[in-house]
Amino acid sequence: MAALAILAAVPFWVSGTFYVNIASQILFYAILALGVNVLAGHAGLVTLGHAGLFGIAAYAAAKIMNAGYGHVTVATGALAVTLVAAAVFAVLALRGTGLGFVMITVALGQIVWGVAYRWISLTNGDNGISITGRPSPLGLSLTTPARFYWATLIVFVMAVISMAIFVASPFGASVRGTRDQPRRMNALGYHVWMIRFLAFLFSAFWSGVAGLLYLYYNQFVSPQAVALTASAEALLMVIAGGSATLLGPIAGAGLVVVIKNVASGYIERWNFVLGAIFVAIVVFMPEGLVPGAVRLARRVRGR
Amino acid sequence: MSLWVVLAVNSVTLGGLLFLLSAGFSLIFGLMKIPNLTHGSFFMLGAYFATSLIARGFNFWAAAVVGGLLVAAFGGVIERFILRRLPGAELAQVLVTLGLSFMVADVCLMVWTGDPIRIDTPAGLRGATSMLGMGFPTYRLAISLIAVIFAAALWALLDRTRLGAMIRAGVDDPAMARVVGIRVSRLFTIVFCLGAWLAGFAGVIGGPILSVYPGLDQEMLPLALVVVILGGSGSLLGSLVGSFVVGFLYNFGQAMFPELAYVVLFLPMLIVLVVRPQGLFGRPAL
Repeated sequence: MAALAILAAVPFWVSGTFYVNIASQILFYAILALGVNVLAGHAGLVTLGHAGLFGIAAYAAAKIMNAGYGHVTVATGALAVTLVAAAVFAVLALRGTGLGFVMITVALGQIVWGVAYRWISLTNGDNGISITGRPSPLGLSLTTPARFYWATLIVFVMAVISMAIFVASPFGASVRGTRDQPRRMNALGYHVWMIRFLAFLFSAFWSGVAGLLYLYYNQFVSPQAVALTASAEALLMVIAGGSATLLGPIAGAGLVVVIKNVASGYIERWNFVLGAIFVAIVVFMPEGLVPGAVRLARRVRGR
Repeated sequence: MSLWVVLAVNSVTLGGLLFLLSAGFSLIFGLMKIPNLTHGSFFMLGAYFATSLIARGFNFWAAAVVGGLLVAAFGGVIERFILRRLPGAELAQVLVTLGLSFMVADVCLMVWTGDPIRIDTPAGLRGATSMLGMGFPTYRLAISLIAVIFAAALWALLDRTRLGAMIRAGVDDPAMARVVGIRVSRLFTIVFCLGAWLAGFAGVIGGPILSVYPGLDQEMLPLALVVVILGGSGSLLGSLVGSFVVGFLYNFGQAMFPELAYVVLFLPMLIVLVVRPQGLFGRPAL
């Protein structure tokens, strides 16, 4: 509760809209990272195509909104499109596990990118699609950074609660079971494929929600949002923070967004920094920052 | 000459290039179980190295061989100092190779700038050769010929030599191969360097057709992935067939559905995944 109070008060104690906006970005990227974590962390299925689902939600919302529909239709429609796409993705990607799964998700992500970039009559190609204005749920305008931040925070809290329920639930346990002992789970009578499929949909749902918030935040979506780099960033958030933990992806999202915004102020080579962080984390801190920090804290306390 | 013949020749050429690229990718994946996401970067690096070598007075073929060797050396460093530390950790390997590919792309952008660089077609292979009453671009025929020669040489290497037998043993059962005294870790380095060399070499000889530009790596990597998923990992024949299928689809797709060419490319992969997930010539996973 204390953490929540601090988070809710962010627009009051940080100065300037720039930092409030960064805080909003951290929150919706954290939602994406939590979604990716369901697959990459709990189910042990490393995905490099989630920016595709994130982007599908953003593009679908932009298309529906520009067709003149209200925001409720936009949100439900975009999430429905994302879930349908995710079901197709899942059926294809779950033909493989381990490396096969990774490669198929890369390929699927690239298909979405190809559509976004080349199918100009649908997606307006490299120019992207703009929308006119953020929604006003219950008549509350979200145009100021602080109000948008609070709306994002509410969604974020819902995402965290759903994750906490998921982790503690029998379903969460069975998902981790399919990661650690797929054969035994099968022998015990669990439908391994169906568990993975549902985990995929759950993961895609929150990725879609994050994509929707991304669109509302930027009021614009372009192929950049669905590039392989974006999928890689999402995975980096999970791995950097610590996969299969609740706080890890959130910390990772904070780290990546802050480094990206701060570093890009000083150097233009953000991609180089991203790559270097990948390599450094894998080689030096393979379990991620949060478990790494916890281990460090335990060691200090134990002395 | 009709449009279809032009398209077919272009398809065969692209298929040849893709074979050089994906044969290494497939071998690395089959033997080492490493999804080498830097493979597209190897292709691009080879081409960039060659532009610098040619600017220093190297002849085209020397630049192709030396450019490939530089890439192979780079690959060897990656294998020995980074991938070697992460045996069996798939996630870590994916992340490291992806991270490296971002770093390579950014360094290339810094060194060679963002402008596309064209590699001149080697003298003697310019113009057209007439065959069967039609004129074909000589250089494209040469690339096809090179791909066929490499396919034969790789097949001979894998099927007829002691090294090839050791590599095949390593692909089939690395633990047993170690037990009978094969130094599998040295094989890994050899195969990784060979794959890197092939990719770099392909980048150079593809230069006169594709040019070199930032983003070439991200464009070639998915093609290699599709070829390997289509043909089956670790299978040379699979790479060969997959490469030509992708080559044809890409060129004909671009001519017929220009907006969807990139998507058309992935369709056979999706069908293969549904019908035969191990790939056309792959063996089912254990």
